[in-house]
Amino acid sequence: MTPEPKNKIRVAIVDDEELARQVLREYLSSHPDVEIIAECANGFEAVKVVTEQKPNLVFLDIQMPKLDGFEVLELIGNECAVIFVTAHDHFAIRAFEVHAVDYLLKPVGAERFEAALKRARERLEGKVRPDAVPPAELAAAARPPAQYLERVPVRDGTRVFIIPVTKLDYAEAQDDYVALASEGKKHLKQQTIASLETALDPSRFLRVHRSYIVNLERVVKVEPYGKDSHVAVLATGAQLPVSRAGYARLRAFLDR
Amino acid sequence: MTVLLTYLLSFTHQMTAEEALILAIPLCIFYSFVCQSAQYSCRALPPERVGFDKLGLMHAGAAAMAASLWVFAAMVLAWILSSSVNALRGLSDRLHAGPELPIIFVTGFLVYLLSTLGYYAQIALEASRAAEARMMQMSILAREAELKALKAQVNPHFLFNSLNSISALTSSDPAKAREMCILLGDFLRRTLGLGEKSAIPLEEEMSLIHAFLAVEKTRYGARLHMEENVAREALAVDVPPLLLQPLVENAIAHGIANLVEGGWIRLDVVCENGSVSIVVENLFDPEAPARRSSGVGLANVRQRLQARYGNRASFAAKGEGDRFRVAITLPAEKEVATQ
Repeated sequence: MTPEPKNKIRVAIVDDEELARQVLREYLSSHPDVEIIAECANGFEAVKVVTEQKPNLVFLDIQMPKLDGFEVLELIGNECAVIFVTAHDHFAIRAFEVHAVDYLLKPVGAERFEAALKRARERLEGKVRPDAVPPAELAAAARPPAQYLERVPVRDGTRVFIIPVTKLDYAEAQDDYVALASEGKKHLKQQTIASLETALDPSRFLRVHRSYIVNLERVVKVEPYGKDSHVAVLATGAQLPVSRAGYARLRAFLDR
Repeated sequence: MTVLLTYLLSFTHQMTAEEALILAIPLCIFYSFVCQSAQYSCRALPPERVGFDKLGLMHAGAAAMAASLWVFAAMVLAWILSSSVNALRGLSDRLHAGPELPIIFVTGFLVYLLSTLGYYAQIALEASRAAEARMMQMSILAREAELKALKAQVNPHFLFNSLNSISALTSSDPAKAREMCILLGDFLRRTLGLGEKSAIPLEEEMSLIHAFLAVEKTRYGARLHMEENVAREALAVDVPPLLLQPLVENAIAHGIANLVEGGWIRLDVVCENGSVSIVVENLFDPEAPARRSSGVGLANVRQRLQARYGNRASFAAKGEGDRFRVAITLPAEKEVATQ
């Protein structure tokens, strides 16, 4: 993908309120180099549009049906610049931690809007990716402490799956991805297993192996395997390797 | 006391019961005044500041003085009676002959001490009553302060979002923008006016909800459906102000706002057996990400009901499937409290 700076900026507006989209549309209409390619009323649509139409810039509301703005960013943040637009100021710090270009507060003023658009242009023209860290990692780091993940959004092409952590059997590291096993299927997500581990509730999920996190409720038994390693057998029949350190952690948890 | 003194005086048979009675009645009346003086010494000498031994000594002294005074009064009275009334001649001499004077002294001494104790008890009782009243006052004040804080203030995000909508309408539909300004102004004015009231008729709360919904309708358009079924006789019932509006606001923020296609909110109010039952039910997406403020609004309503009605009101909120339901019952009180 080689976007030329002379090209039009392709913009998508994501907000569940028509009037809120209208304000942004109006502000953008005075910029001939900006093209609005899509408007979406919820997070699912946003992910689909970003995947299919590849906008450069997305104006993103935070509180929306289906997927909130942060979850959308987690799924699409690698592919475009994001400006959050919301009435809530308490998300600001989190927004910048996940490398949003800017954070606009409703009601949106024209001047403030122009400044945000300027920042977006600079980022797009400079073609500087803020860094190579996948957005899911940033999202995990920006999560308020003591608040664990309740659900994991996963994207498969243009489709979005939401896996409630109660339905997550285990997670397996696969290079830069994690495979999330849930209800007989595996979903790939670009995230390291270490950052997923920190996002999950440690009283429900345990890292039993360098490459595996297991949902403790699913573990039926732990059997010895080979000389000094073990294997955890899950209710689904899956067998996960348990390292020596993982076995110690598992024992510590079971003894509690 | 008169009876006691009469009995004591006639006990030694120096004088007849009649004579004793004639002597005892004025003496007792006189002494009741004397004993009242104990009140002043009691108030002047609070036991917690003066030591108990010193206190005992002082009151014993006062009692002895009062008793001596009483004996003197008895002597004077007997002398007057025996010299002026023929039938009572010699009364004074007979009073001096027997143990009557020491009896009067001891009785007076003890009665004075007793009344001293009585006054102390009275003072203690007054103090404890005052403390109790103060405690009550304080807890009422604290509760009022709490209520004021709880009284759902206008949610700022509602304002910000509405202003954003108005800003959108100013160019596309100025007339609609003006209408929304008026609706918003109407809602704010009503809300601000309620700050001082402790209860309003349900009818007023309903019109507040209508003003609120009119604004939200502009934002959510066809996504927001409201159904109302309010019993006519319930409209006059008093409810704490801004009790239902936060429930409707909640239903929108946590229900309708999370549904792509929108949904309905249903408000049912029925009046039966002297109580009002209110149900707010709405569609919601059980899989929606939990919003930060969720639960705070409901907790507020619950606390306010608890503070105002105690166990005469009930509150229940729960989600079942794709429906969220808040049910409240409260006593049907109709008098408008003008506070």
